[in-house]
Amino acid sequence: MSDLPAANNQPPAATRVVVAMSGGVDSSVAAALLKEQGYDVVGLMLKLWSDGESGRVNRCCTPADVDAARAVAQQLAMPFYLINIADSFKATVVDYFVDEYVAGRTPNPCLMCNRHIRYELLLNKALSLGAQYLATGHYARVRHIDDQYQLLRGVDPQKDQSYVLSVLGQQELAHAVWPLGELTKPQVRELAARYQLSVAEKAESQDLCFLASGDYRDFLVRYAPEGSIRPGEIRDTTGKVLGAHQGLPFYTIGQRKGIGLAASEPLYVIALDAVENAVIVGTKNELGRRECLARDMHYVSGIQPIDPFRASAKIRYKAREAAVTVYPQGSSARVEFDEAQRDITPGQGLVLFDSDVVIGQGFIA
Amino acid sequence: MTQNKRRIYLDHAATTPVDVRVLEAMQPYWAEHFGNTSSIHSLGREAQQGLDQARQTVAEVLGCTPQEIVFTGCGTESDNLALRGVAFAAREAKRGNHLITIPIEHHAVGATVEQLRDLHGFDVTFVEVDQYGMVDPDAIEHAIRPDTILISVMYANNEVGTVQPLAEIGTIARAHGLPFHTDAVQAGGQMNLNVDRLKVDLLALSAHKFYGPKGVGVLYIRSGTELISALTGGGHERGRRPGTVNVAEIVGLAIALKLAQERRETENARVAALRDQLVAGVFERVPEVQLTGHPTRRLPNSASFAIKGVEGETLLMALDLEGICVSTGSACTTGEAEPSHVLLSMGFDREWALGSLRMTLGHLTHPEDIATVLDVLPRVVAQLRNA
Repeated sequence: MSDLPAANNQPPAATRVVVAMSGGVDSSVAAALLKEQGYDVVGLMLKLWSDGESGRVNRCCTPADVDAARAVAQQLAMPFYLINIADSFKATVVDYFVDEYVAGRTPNPCLMCNRHIRYELLLNKALSLGAQYLATGHYARVRHIDDQYQLLRGVDPQKDQSYVLSVLGQQELAHAVWPLGELTKPQVRELAARYQLSVAEKAESQDLCFLASGDYRDFLVRYAPEGSIRPGEIRDTTGKVLGAHQGLPFYTIGQRKGIGLAASEPLYVIALDAVENAVIVGTKNELGRRECLARDMHYVSGIQPIDPFRASAKIRYKAREAAVTVYPQGSSARVEFDEAQRDITPGQGLVLFDSDVVIGQGFIA
Repeated sequence: MTQNKRRIYLDHAATTPVDVRVLEAMQPYWAEHFGNTSSIHSLGREAQQGLDQARQTVAEVLGCTPQEIVFTGCGTESDNLALRGVAFAAREAKRGNHLITIPIEHHAVGATVEQLRDLHGFDVTFVEVDQYGMVDPDAIEHAIRPDTILISVMYANNEVGTVQPLAEIGTIARAHGLPFHTDAVQAGGQMNLNVDRLKVDLLALSAHKFYGPKGVGVLYIRSGTELISALTGGGHERGRRPGTVNVAEIVGLAIALKLAQERRETENARVAALRDQLVAGVFERVPEVQLTGHPTRRLPNSASFAIKGVEGETLLMALDLEGICVSTGSACTTGEAEPSHVLLSMGFDREWALGSLRMTLGHLTHPEDIATVLDVLPRVVAQLRNA
């Protein structure tokens, strides 16, 4: 791991780093690496909101995860605090998740969490505790060059998490530390074993951490406002009614299975019309689009471009990258793909890269 | 580095270290006089002797008969036994259904009366307190109804240290023929515990608050007070608290209580002087701060504050990283950064009530600790306000 941008050339022992602990392998190894380098490391764990109504346990920050994180902190002889932020998480991440689905969009709650929880609420806590840096177990890198902080992909292409960190700006990156950015997952597992961390064998954590085991559809039915999820029509692109659907949130763009229609050629969900409460289906050819609008554009540099520019775009976390031309339009941008894309999904983050550097991000309209 | 500095413990209201003389007194009862007090044989008698002596010692401190002392597992259990025991006995005797208490009780009392209300159909009146957390005895009297069966008012508040006018309330309770319970857990090591002087009928104590072991408490039950046991089992503690007797810790509790009461006046004077220095220093060096609780009628070891624009929980983490152990006094277990229910009841608004800080002095407190805290606290508060 590269050294931290040494604040005032202080020795590591005089530099306090708060590590966001989850009880998983990644954040534990991140803490161990920082500790080994001699930093004044403090562990914080967020107790997020849990789906209490289901009577089931969340996928993350369970009591077992808290125990695991505390055990690692004890092993590394670092202070450890659990912070309950259930109400904030519910208001900024869970409600957003539900609202977006009800509006016929497909949200990425991790983007909201990183913007409002990790790099706002938690970062402020860290600074309050006298820390200069907030470290997490993300696979991404930060580079300080010419008075600019750049966000770079993690070197492990399998694990790169720069997509979900693309919401960060200069303020946040100035305090961000990602000790795993230069490492691959197998290397991290090796380190966990070498440090003899009790969590070395732990399974990968899940996205949608706030869901209890089970389907997100189940969750939406319980948390969406009464009457907001209702049956409606399935139509083709000409407006012809082909059947009935059970509610918009149960469908995603590109979905083929489970539509429940018999047709001569396979039909895909190509749009969700919230105004008409209609699911629009079409053939594989109709699915592809050459352009989209990205709203609420955020540029990591803090500088809003005026002229069109070339970039490489990811239209969801695990999407293959596509070459694009971006035409900035005020707070939005029109994005033209060199080749038609099948799964352009409203609500998802569209993240722009220049080689390894994240340029910025918007939400697909 | 923080780890190398001497740790400063200003959280004696949370718990205290066991006094070495208490440790010594308990020592023979783990493996030597290990008998069960219920056994007929000699080992049983040895244990019974330790128990009898402990009960006698506690009774002397409280000014009651040994038969009026029941040993329990903790202060919370003592409060539960008192409240549930009296409430259910009164219901059994068809005497009534109404309890009177105050909104700033410790959860051991607060959560218990809420359950008696919500689950068991009792009626509860919470008599308001003033801005210092003090209840007006006349307001208690005003709340009494024909169906009232119990009054419960804490001796001293655990968050802000305010000492309640127990004797005045006790006089009223007696005039109305009502049993009067007090949670004296926080007052135990520092205040006079004579039950006749305090005019109480039930009084709860916990050993670990006065340099005794954790896991043992007392409930004083005035002779003639009707009470149904919360636990059922054997005949221990005259049936009022069945369960094999925790002899070693009961011996420890008795010695700890005796020692605390013997040195009460000198120790109170010592910590009160340091406390006053601390309070004065905080006012001098930290802007926008208020003392919470009564300015004079408060526990001698208690300094509690509301600090504007600072979240108490984060403040105590920041102080911990500086090697200073304090408490917010607020219960942050269920939701996030909840303001203290005590401060809200005392009329503090949310912005102030979030920033509660409790520093409680004791045997471990040295004069130089106060200087260190007065050096660190203003810096940490500024750090939080600027973040």
